Amino acid sequence: MILRKEPNKQPTTTGEAVSIRRVRAGDVAEVIAIDEHVTGLAKAKYWHEVFERYGKRRLADRLFLVAETCKAKGRGAIAGFIIGEVRAWEFGSAPCGWVFALSVEPDARLRGVGQALLAAIAQEFKKAGVSKMRTMVARDNRLHLTFFRSQGMMAGLYIQLEKELE
Amino acid sequence: MKLQISSRLAIFALLELAAHPERQLSVAEIGEKYGISNHHLAKVMHALARARLVRSVRGAGGGYQFSGQARRTTLLDVVNLFESSAAGNGNADAERTVEERALREVLGEIDDIASATLGSITLATMLKLVERHRSRLQHGGLNA
Repeated sequence: MILRKEPNKQPTTTGEAVSIRRVRAGDVAEVIAIDEHVTGLAKAKYWHEVFERYGKRRLADRLFLVAETCKAKGRGAIAGFIIGEVRAWEFGSAPCGWVFALSVEPDARLRGVGQALLAAIAQEFKKAGVSKMRTMVARDNRLHLTFFRSQGMMAGLYIQLEKELE
Repeated sequence: MKLQISSRLAIFALLELAAHPERQLSVAEIGEKYGISNHHLAKVMHALARARLVRSVRGAGGGYQFSGQARRTTLLDVVNLFESSAAGNGNADAERTVEERALREVLGEIDDIASATLGSITLATMLKLVERHRSRLQHGGLNA
């Protein structure tokens, strides 16, 4: 399921080409910067650990992809990233592709970068033999919910439950 | 979840118009497809025009035309034009018992999920969903 060495090029909604490829060690600083820009929290240690786990090991099941637009390439910048993995039999679920992170640099939004990242990871999940992709979104996060809905994702069979521990 | 008839009519009318924003359709044309009385649909169209989701076009071949933003307008935006968001799940101040509060918490969870669902589906997403159903139907029809 390893992505071809040549980046997977897909047109964005503005016609700008976007290249999707696996993350490299040199991209991690930009991933950290995008996440900090989007969430307001710097989590360098966390992203380095994620890179170790999802960018270097068990690459047949794990996908840490980044998007480079031609425009961004000149500056050596990454426009966004997506991370997921094939998980099997958790909660009794048959093997399925889980997307647990997707972020696009705010300046690069509305150009189809997120759409290209999601399409690329879906393609890789299919190559890995799974027929379903799953993610989890906070129900008050209208932006993310609307995006995933626009890509054809619907509510799944599972309901997430939680409890405050006293 | 059950929507009031006005909300359903509004969604159907918007989908008809947003599918071809350059096209004008009369109340009678939309009403015929869904088997709706013109009187009821006219009221709904007035409300949609007030919300600037459609515009009335006068003259021969006149009717209504979509004037909203299909990628921005969600089903919740439409439903909120016709239904009170403060649906009857109880009022915290009026509740006298803990049982009433507990029931309100459960019903509130349902409302929150319904709002999240309706609020995340735009008219553009609905149009894609409609196409997916049309394609399945045609595929099924060919196989039948």
